[in-house]
Parts: sequence; structure tokens; C-alpha cells
Amino acid sequence: MAKISVDGIKYEVNAANNLLQECLSQGLDLPYFCWHPCMGSVGACRQCAVKQYRNAEDTTGTLVMACMTPVTDGGLYSIQDSQAVDFRSHVIESLMISHPHDCPVCEEGGECHLQDMTQMSGHNYRRYDFQKVTHRNQDLGPFINHEMNRCIACYRCVRFYGDYAGGTDLVALASHHHVYFGRHEEGTLESEFSGNLVEVCPTGVFTDKTFSAHYSRKWDLQTAPSICTGCGAGCNTTPGERYGSLRRVVNRYHHDLNGYFLCDRGRFGYDANNSAERVKEALFVQAQINGNAEVPARKPLSATEAARQFNAMAGGDVIGIGSPRASLESNIALQQRVGAENFYPGINDDELASAREVLALMREPGLHCPDIRSLEQSDCVLVVNEDLTNTAARMALALRQATRNAATTMAAAARIPAWQDAAVRELAQHERSPLIILSPQGTRLDDVASDTFLGSVARQVQLLEAIAHCLDPEYSVSSRDPSLTSRAKAIAQALSAARRPCIVSGISAQSTALVRASGNLARALQKARKGDADAPVGLCFAMPEANTLGLVLLAESTGNTLSGALQRLAQKRADAAVVLENDLFRRAATAEVAQALAGHTPLIVIDHLHNAFNARARLLLPAASPSESNGTWVNYEGRAQSAYRVFAPAEPVRAAYEWLTPADPVLLPSISSEEILAQFADAHSAFAVLKDLLPHRLGLSAVMKSPRQLPRYSGRTAMQANSHVHEYRQTQDPQSPLSFSMEGVPLQKDASLLSAAWAPGWNSNQAISKFQDEINGELRQGCKGVHLLQSGQAQASYAPIVLPSEGDLAPYFIEHLFGSEEISAKAVAIQARTVGPYACIGEALAQTLGVAQHGRILLKAGERQVQLPVLIRQRIAPGSIGIYCAGELDRYSLAGGVTVEAVPEAPDLLLRSREMFRHLVISDSWQGRDES
Amino acid sequence: MLRLLKDTLVSQVVTLWKVFLHAFDKTDTVEYPDVKPQMFSRWRGRIILSRDPDGEERCVACNLCAVACPVDCIALQKAEDEEGRWYPEFFRINFSRCIMCGFCEEACPTHAIQLTPDFEMAEYVRQDMVWEKEDLLINGTGKYHDYNFYRIAGKKIGGKDKGEARNEAVPVNVRSLLP
Repeated sequence: MAKISVDGIKYEVNAANNLLQECLSQGLDLPYFCWHPCMGSVGACRQCAVKQYRNAEDTTGTLVMACMTPVTDGGLYSIQDSQAVDFRSHVIESLMISHPHDCPVCEEGGECHLQDMTQMSGHNYRRYDFQKVTHRNQDLGPFINHEMNRCIACYRCVRFYGDYAGGTDLVALASHHHVYFGRHEEGTLESEFSGNLVEVCPTGVFTDKTFSAHYSRKWDLQTAPSICTGCGAGCNTTPGERYGSLRRVVNRYHHDLNGYFLCDRGRFGYDANNSAERVKEALFVQAQINGNAEVPARKPLSATEAARQFNAMAGGDVIGIGSPRASLESNIALQQRVGAENFYPGINDDELASAREVLALMREPGLHCPDIRSLEQSDCVLVVNEDLTNTAARMALALRQATRNAATTMAAAARIPAWQDAAVRELAQHERSPLIILSPQGTRLDDVASDTFLGSVARQVQLLEAIAHCLDPEYSVSSRDPSLTSRAKAIAQALSAARRPCIVSGISAQSTALVRASGNLARALQKARKGDADAPVGLCFAMPEANTLGLVLLAESTGNTLSGALQRLAQKRADAAVVLENDLFRRAATAEVAQALAGHTPLIVIDHLHNAFNARARLLLPAASPSESNGTWVNYEGRAQSAYRVFAPAEPVRAAYEWLTPADPVLLPSISSEEILAQFADAHSAFAVLKDLLPHRLGLSAVMKSPRQLPRYSGRTAMQANSHVHEYRQTQDPQSPLSFSMEGVPLQKDASLLSAAWAPGWNSNQAISKFQDEINGELRQGCKGVHLLQSGQAQASYAPIVLPSEGDLAPYFIEHLFGSEEISAKAVAIQARTVGPYACIGEALAQTLGVAQHGRILLKAGERQVQLPVLIRQRIAPGSIGIYCAGELDRYSLAGGVTVEAVPEAPDLLLRSREMFRHLVISDSWQGRDES
Repeated sequence: MLRLLKDTLVSQVVTLWKVFLHAFDKTDTVEYPDVKPQMFSRWRGRIILSRDPDGEERCVACNLCAVACPVDCIALQKAEDEEGRWYPEFFRINFSRCIMCGFCEEACPTHAIQLTPDFEMAEYVRQDMVWEKEDLLINGTGKYHDYNFYRIAGKKIGGKDKGEARNEAVPVNVRSLLP
């Protein structure tokens, strides 16, 4: 702690930080551009100049850049000094010299950091009458708009894109006042985090292209705190709605999870909400007489009819199949409707088994599940099998930062403060903390990895066991491979040398052996580190969907599996089946699902997007999407977080829990999500902590609510005037702490929840600093979520492992950030980045088969045959074949093992596959003889 | 008694006489609607959307009028043509709420929205007071004849490339090595 004085007022500040950061922490307004709370200082823009005085007698002082000035105890500074104010106003004037006078047609207008800082610095009128520098824009793909004229050359974009996120295709080009931020040629930005440029850029150079297509100003968006449902990381988001459609998603700061950044799936996947494939009405299949024959026809029902029909059908012995992409409330409502013994988790049996293993490991006291921030602070990370960039991208970004901890340590030794970004990077050069990646194919983190091991799941398990054996000689290896010993020793050494080692894996391979082997290694490591007992070994598993863990926890009391449900359906041992937000064709082998459907048990599906499975439903009920309904989501750490509905969907669309709860649609009002959660928490001690999510919802909210709309929300009396000139009543939300209005607890005071960050003078998302207790600190309001997993008894022994048997050609399944997740894949912008199914093989296999790059192979698994375009990669595990299913192929029928044959090349198909692979960002695609 | 008579009766008679004399005064009443009053050009009446000197829609759908409106009676949606020009997909004013304050005109950065001296806006049906873009858009520049926002703003639109706006240099050649 240091005591400083700014403009005569004394503050206690953290001496480890720079002056700008501490001034902002104290709530002072000091303009800045190039500094970013997560990226430190480089002193590029000269906007944060303040006066520094040597002592109390010094009345002249010197101008210093606050972001480059370390805080010193007893320091005397002035922000208001006239010379400093004058200097800042001249700096902004020079930055604005070539600014193109296009705020009215700029997507950033109204939430622009440059506008805010210009106002703050007092530059009002343009005096420069000479020619403005102009630039040509580039087409940067489906996500990002480029308008280079607006650039003020703060370098934040390239510092984020390159230095922070590891992208290589956005650079600063040219020099002096011609400097240009773009790609070497037009084309899609490759980084999975390119969307953050929208928020990182202080002006409108990089704007959200999807948002621009249905643009609204920030003040016109109705927003609510929400949770991203793209994967299991649980990032906090703020979706915005206008005129009944979802317009965009921006980051919502969460100290322990996403911090300031989101991945592109989370940011641009929202558009699925506006998809043409939305289920907008209740559909019921009735026999219709057509001539002489009775033909089943789908007919729309009104909401009341649909609810009646649902009640009529869902009586008696009903099977309920839950969903990992539905909220906890909806799953609870289904479970209560059908009874726990009839509630089946709607995920594949292998995935379920893996997730149950994960739960057991996470409850083990010696191990600790790191949040994303802790991952960033880890000094040695072992990634097991999971392609994190494609399954939980925000975690991959955190691991990239973790490799910089070596640099921070070096800087500390050289007495360079960590916020001196350029200096720290210069000092460290390519020195990185160890990041070891075990994977069947090259990953997007390979560029910062200290060691990569390419091997099939079985090989990885063998290696994990060998490492565990190195750490703890008592650990008995199930099958020894001497070729792995030296490698295992090196990895064991790196892990045991680390102070905060982490093992990161996932369940996308759906292999219990892998989960167990990772757990065993963590136990062995913990045992080997017994001297350092207060820093437990980090072990976490990425979850494929937003509520996978919540669903597994809910179904934990019974041993029910999806195949059990499908068998019951096939054998007609149920009166009806209710399937909640789930496409079972993605969850089990097609034959198995088809057999279940052949049982002709009345099938009710509640979903928000049409798919192949719910097309077979007798009754299809339209569900609200995650942003249209309240919900609790359990992320990969077992952290339950509340998301609030951003807007109410048009009738007859309802939240799934509303369809599931009312006994009588007319007499009983539908139950609120808060009531479902409260009753459930009361009834089940394991979920009692869920009540901690509720006080915010039920307490103060009875008196005063937080507004979902910003104070300057416009057009209230004209938005719907075309249909009816009298204003409609605002949507009521009695139980929630948020109201569908602009009235309520002023946002900047003490609202219990933060939807859109806005503070006077701070219209951009950078206003978040006004809500943190210090920069990069906890939010002063809002709930961080509750942990549902409590430590259980210590498990002393290692779990036994059965090495998965693999044939000559072991298939592994490729995941893609764009396309693998069912819902976001329906967003138009995401679709522009997706590819169809393909197979991935190594050079050796390609040569044996005689297949050229992007040619075709025939994949055979049992009786199943499929032709796939081929991507030949340099970095792929020997004897493995990667298969990308794209939601079209049935992975479960291929998982057992495949054989391949070459298919004669067809030029038109080759051209088509080549076009398709253009969208893939693969750094190690083979550039062999075919490319000439 | 006499004094009372003088104070009351005489006063009344005089008043009547004065009223009678007014019958020969020049009339102040305007025979509206046969005679239309002369309005000042800056009078704040019916709102219009104007076109720029090139005949294109001036409105760029920036939403500033909507946010300035104290009764929130303006709603619009931005759209963009293939060449980058912004325009309102719909532009709606609920005149039954409008208080003719003129804030929208002051807020407008392109001189698109203007108040006119027309005040004859009565309707029998309130719904008819909701005006859409087709009702609001006129074929002229309104009060401001010369201003053309896109000739000044740096955004590229159809017919105006980068570097062709006012005070703009030709676009930088990033690959040039010259200073």
C-alpha cells in the first residue's frame, strides 16, 4: 500500500500498479487509449498525461504519462493542473486530425471510448483545415467490419490480437501517419477471439458486422445479465434486444471467469436466436383424411390448446429426457413432472460416464478445480486430449496467458513491473512457462506449447500413466511402453517443478479411461508435492455444453442412462416421452434412436430450433431460447450462475419450464423460474446453495428493481405504434430483480446486478472500471455464482484403468469452434465459417491410399459407409484418423473403428472440398505435391 | 341617490356606447380555413424528412433524433445499401405524442429531420397520427439547401470513394516505401 495525493486529495493505493490504473481504481476520470486493464501499458497514445511534483515545495512539476509512471509512496500528482489539462486537450486534437466526421454512421457511436475521451479532454471544435489521411478498408470476414479512417493508432488491436490472443494475421503496416492495422491481404480474421477487437478498439475501426446488419444504438438495447451457452466455460455476457429480436452479445466482466474477453462462438452465435429455423408455434401431428387415406399432418395449436394437449399426452408413466443445453430450471421442471426414476440425462452414455468420473474427481479434497483466472496464473499446464480452442475457447485463451508467467517471474527478478507490457515482452523474448499438450492432432495452442505429444487416446493414457509412475513409483502402470519413459520423465519434472501446476482435460473424447488417467496423474502429483499442501493441484475438465454438469448432477441420484430410456421406448414400456431441448440423433447411434422411435410411443419435444429429431415429434412445443428465459447454468467447475431473460418471446413461445409446470393452463398461473429453484433447493440438500442465487431475486426486488433499459432508451411511444397507437403495457417480471423498463435503482448506484456497463461520461464497455472495487478486481455488485460441488471424502487409492482397445486405425473426433455446437451453428455469421464433415489423415496414410490433399476417401464402419473429403495434416497421431461430424455424421457408429479406401478423384468434388477447406484455420495442413 | 345613479347607470350607458362603437372597427378574426395565416418559416410544426442536394435521402438512421425526443415518439431502424450508405429501413413518428419541441431537428447531424410551418394535423382517428417514412419524406432539401453529410463524412458510399470527401487526401498506399 502506498499513500499518494492527487489534486490535494489523499488516496491509499497499490504500489505495484501504475498511476493511471490506480487513479481509475479510485474512480477518478483520466482519459486513456492505449492502456488496457488486461494488457498493461505501452505509453503509445500520450493521452493520460498528469503532473508529478517532486515535493510539497515544487509548484511547477513535470508532465508524466500516468500509465508509464509507477506509483510511489508519498507521490504528489495532479490531474486538474492547467498545463496537464491543456496538454491532454492538444493530444486529443492531434489524434482527431484525420478522424472522418462519420459518428452518425459509425456502429461505435454512442458507446465509443474515443467520443468519451474527446468529451473528457475538452476538444470541441476542429481547427485543422488541411487534408485528412484516408485509408482503404479490408473485408475481414463475416464477423468484423473494418473502417480504417477512424483509427487513432493506439495499437491496442494488434497488442490484443497478436500479443494476447496469439493471432498472426492482424498487424501494423506502413509507418508514420500512414500506419495501417489490417491483414497482409483481404480475408477472414483467423483468430478465434477476433470479436474482442470490437471492444478492445477504442474507436470504430473494428465493429461487429452481425450487429451492424440489424443495428441499434447501445442506449436502445434492452439488456440483462446473461450466461453464454456456447460451451461449459460459463462466460458472462450481455445480450441486447431491440424490436423483439436479439441484436448482439457483448462481454460482461466476471472476475473469476471470462474477465474482459469472449470467444467468437459466444459473441456471434447469438444470431441463432433470430434463425428462420426457430420453432414459433406449437405443432401437433393429427391424422387427416386425404381422399380415402388417413395421412398424418402437422397442425399449429394455440398456446392454451397446446398446454391442454401436453397435459393429456403426458399423463401416466412418462419418460423425461433432459438436456445439457437447457437450463437447470427446465431440467428440474421435467424431473419433477416425470419423477426422478423416469428422468434420463439426454447425453450419450459414454459422455455421461466420463462426466460422472469428473464429478467424483472434482469432489476429491486434494484436488482443486481452477477457475479461468486461476488457469491464467498457473505456471505449468498439461492439456490432455482436449482441443480447448475449439471446445472451450476462453480456457485456451487463459492457457496462452499462463505461458507468460515465466515472463512475469523474470520481470519481477529484473525489477520490471508486470504492467510494463513492452518491456516484459522484450525481456522474456520466447521464454515461456511450460505448456504440454497431449493431443491426437495439432492444436491452435501449439505455437506456445513447450512440448506436444501426438497420440491416440490409448497412447495418451499410457503416457499419463507413465508420468504418474515417474511421480509416484507406487503407481502401477497397466501397460508399460518403454518408448514413453523419457518423455514422461521430462513432463513429470516440469509438473513437479511448478508451484501451481494444472491438468486440463475434457470429456469430448467421451473416454472414462482418459478422465481416470488424468485424475490418477493429479493424485500422483499431489502426493509427490506433499510439502506444498496448501497449493492443491489444479485439475479441470472442459464441458461441451453450458449445462452438462448441471444435468449430470441432477440425474446423479439414479443410474439412468440415455440408452435405458431408448430401450424403454423401443420396448414400449412408457405411455409417452417428453424430450427437453435435445436432438437425440446427436446423442446416440442413429440406429438406436430409430429403433426407439419405431416403438411409436407418443413423443413430445420442447425445443426452440427445428431439427431432424423434433420433426418426428407428435407434439412439438416452442421453447424460449436461453436469452428469452431465466435460467441457471452450471459450468465446468460446478459453478451455478443465473441468467436473466433479456426479452419476452412472442406467444405461444414459452420457457420450457413454463410448459412443464402448470397443471391447468387456465386456472393456474405458470410457475416462475425462481419458485422452481427455491422449491428444489429446499427439497434437496445437495442443491441447497442454489438459494444463494435467489436473495437478489426475491429480496430487494419486491421494493425496487434494476432496469433492463438504459435511462435514454428511445422510441417507447412509437416502437409499436404501427400496429396499435396506444402503448402496450411493459412486460411484467414480478419475481425477478430486473424490470422491463428504464425505471428502477439507478444503475451506477447500488443495483444488485449489472447488465450493461454505463457510467456518466463512460458510454463504452470500458465503463466497467466504475463497477470494479479496483481495476481488474471483483465487481462491486452482482452474484459470482455458487459452487454446487462440495469436497467429499478423500479417495486414497488410484482408480483402475482399462486401456481402450484401438484397431489399426483409431478414429478420433474433431471439434470446431464454429459448427460443433448445435445452436450457435445456426447463426448466419457462424455458418459462413463452418465446414461440412471431413476426415483428417496423416501424410503416410495419404500416400498409402494414394489420396491427394482435399481428395476423397471412403470410410467403412461395419455396414456403414460414408465418403468424406480429406484434409492431410502434418501433425496428426500415427495410426489415427480424425473425423469431423459437423452434426451430420453419427459419431457413435464410427467410434468403434473404421477402415478406409481411396475414392477416385472427381474434379468438381475436389474443387468443392477445396472451397470448403478455405474456411478452416489449420496451421499444419500439408502443402504437398497437390498444391502446385 | 343622484350620486349612485351617476356611478352606475351612466357608467353602464357609456360602456354600451363603447361596445357599439366597436362594431365599426377593423376585424381581427381570420376567416380560417378560407384565409390561411402567414406562418414564419422557423415555426415548429409538422415534421418532415428531407433529401440532400443530390436527391438522396438525408436520414442516415443515426438514432440521435429518437434519443433526443423527450416523449420518445420517434422509432427507426438502420439499414445499409450494398455500397455502404446508411438509411432508415423504417422511420416512424407518433404525432399523437409529439410535442413539436424541435429537439429532433437540433439533434440531427445531417439536417434530415426538419420541422415545418404546417400545423394542420388534426385527425378523427388517433391511429392516423402515426406517420411512416413514406409519409414523412419530401422531395426536397427543406430549409437547408446545401448540406450533404456524405460529402463531408469519410465513409465510402456509392458514387463517393475514399479520399473524395471534403478535405480528404487520396487513400494511403500501404505498400509504398516513400515517406
